Amino acid sequence: MSKRIGQRTLTFSRAPRITSSYTLVGPREGKGPHALDFDEILPDDTLGQKTAEKTERLMLELAITKTLEQHDTAIEDVQFLIAGDLLNQITTSCLAASTYPVPFLGIYGACSTFAQALGLGAVLLEGDFAQQVLIGTASHYQTAERQFRYPIELNVQHLQTNHVTVTGAAAAILSFADRGPRITHATFGQVVDMGLKDPHDMGSAMAPAAFHTIKAHLADTGRSLQDYDLVLTGDLGKQGRKMLRLLLEREGFEGLERLQDGGSQIFGDWQPGGAGGSGAACVAVMTLGYVLNRLNSAKARRALIVATGALLSALTVLQGESIPCIAHAIALEQ
Amino acid sequence: MQPKEYQQLVQENLPPRPIVKNMLWAFFVGGLICALGQVVLTIAQSFERTKNEAAAVTLAAMILLGTILTALGVYDEIAEKAGAGVAVPITGFANTVTSAAIDFRREGFLLGMGAKMFVIAGPVIVYGILSGFIVALIKSLVLGLF
Repeated sequence: MSKRIGQRTLTFSRAPRITSSYTLVGPREGKGPHALDFDEILPDDTLGQKTAEKTERLMLELAITKTLEQHDTAIEDVQFLIAGDLLNQITTSCLAASTYPVPFLGIYGACSTFAQALGLGAVLLEGDFAQQVLIGTASHYQTAERQFRYPIELNVQHLQTNHVTVTGAAAAILSFADRGPRITHATFGQVVDMGLKDPHDMGSAMAPAAFHTIKAHLADTGRSLQDYDLVLTGDLGKQGRKMLRLLLEREGFEGLERLQDGGSQIFGDWQPGGAGGSGAACVAVMTLGYVLNRLNSAKARRALIVATGALLSALTVLQGESIPCIAHAIALEQ
Repeated sequence: MQPKEYQQLVQENLPPRPIVKNMLWAFFVGGLICALGQVVLTIAQSFERTKNEAAAVTLAAMILLGTILTALGVYDEIAEKAGAGVAVPITGFANTVTSAAIDFRREGFLLGMGAKMFVIAGPVIVYGILSGFIVALIKSLVLGLF
C-alpha cells in the first residue's frame, strides 16, 4: 500500500514520535512571551566563545547532548543525525556533526530546515532504516546578520518588515518509543517564486509558499484548517502572516483563527523585533517548545507545523534575482 | 495567482513607512551632531593657526566620536531611530569602517579586518573620488584652464 496520499503528502502509519527534545534560546528570546516554553535561556549570546559562529556550533552541540541525556540514549544508538543551519555550506552543522560518530545528513532549507529534518527523520523511521534519528538546527542573530545583511554595529534603520534572526538551537530524537507526539503526515513543499526581490520583506515572499503547501496538505488529507487545533507557520512575521491570511481568504478557506506564526510570536510587542523572528532555530524552538507543550499538556490534540524558508543568498540579492521560497508541513498528533 | 497580481497585492498591503517621524528624528539628531561639530571647530580655531587646520582637528574628533560610540555598541541603536541623521555626518562614515573592522576581526587582522574594513565605506570613497574628479574636470573646462 502506498504511503503517499494525494499528490505529495506522506503518511506515517507506524507512528514515529518526537520522543525527546531540547530547546535553548538567547537572552532576547528569553525575554519574549514564550520564555517559559523553552528548556534553557542562555545568560548571554556568546557562551564564552570568541566568535558568534563558534557560539552557534556550541549551541547546537548543547541541544544535541541534552536531548541524548534526556532520552537516556548514547549517540551510538542513534542511526542518523540530520541537521542544518543558515550559514554558507551549513558549517555550523558540519562542525557540530564532526563530534558525533553517526551518519550525518546535512540539509539546507533556510528557516524551513527544521521541518525538512523532521519529515526526513520520520521517513527513515517509517521505512525501517532507523530506530532512532537525531535532528537539530541552530541559528544566531550575529552570524546571520553578517552573512545576509550588514556588519552588526552598522548604522541601519530597520523596517517594519525586517526579520530578526533568532539566537537558539533545538534538537530532538525521533523514535518509536511510547511517548511524545506522533508524526502523522509530512507534506514537502515545492519552491514557489512570486518574483519578489526585496530581502527586507521576506514575509511577503514566503507567504505564497506557505499557502501552496497548506492548500496541498489539506487537499491531500481531505482535512480543513479546523481539523487542527493549531497551525503554526514558521516565521512569516507580521507582514507574511497578513499576506498568508489574504491568500487563504481569497480562496475561501475557513478556520483562519487556528493560524499562529512562530516568527510573529517569539518576540513581544515590547521588544524591537520588526516583523518578528526568523532563522533555522525559530520554528524549531517554537515547535519543540511551544507546540510540544500544548500537545503534551493536552491543550491541543493535533497540530500542523508549516515551516517556511526564503532560499536567497547575499549574492543572488545583489544580482537582482527574485527570492525562491519553500514551505514544508508536518502534522503532529498527541 | 499570477506573480504580477501577487506583487500588486503585496504593494497594497505593505505597512506605511513613518516618513515624517523618520525625517524629524534625522533632522534633529543629524543637526545635533553638526552643532557638536561646530562647537569642536570653534574650540579648535582658538588654538589652530588656520581654519583648514581647525577643520582637520574637528573631523578627527568627530571620527573618534563615531568610532567610540560604535565600539560601545550604541551607534547602531541610535541609528534605529535617527536613520540618515547619523548615517550622513562623518561619524556615520567612521561607523561603517569601525563596524566592518569589528565584524571581520574574527577572520584575522590581514585577510579579515584588513581586507574587509572598507566593505561598506569603499563605495563612498570610490564614487567620492570619481565625482570629485568629474566636478574638477567640468570646472576646469568652464574656466578654460586647459
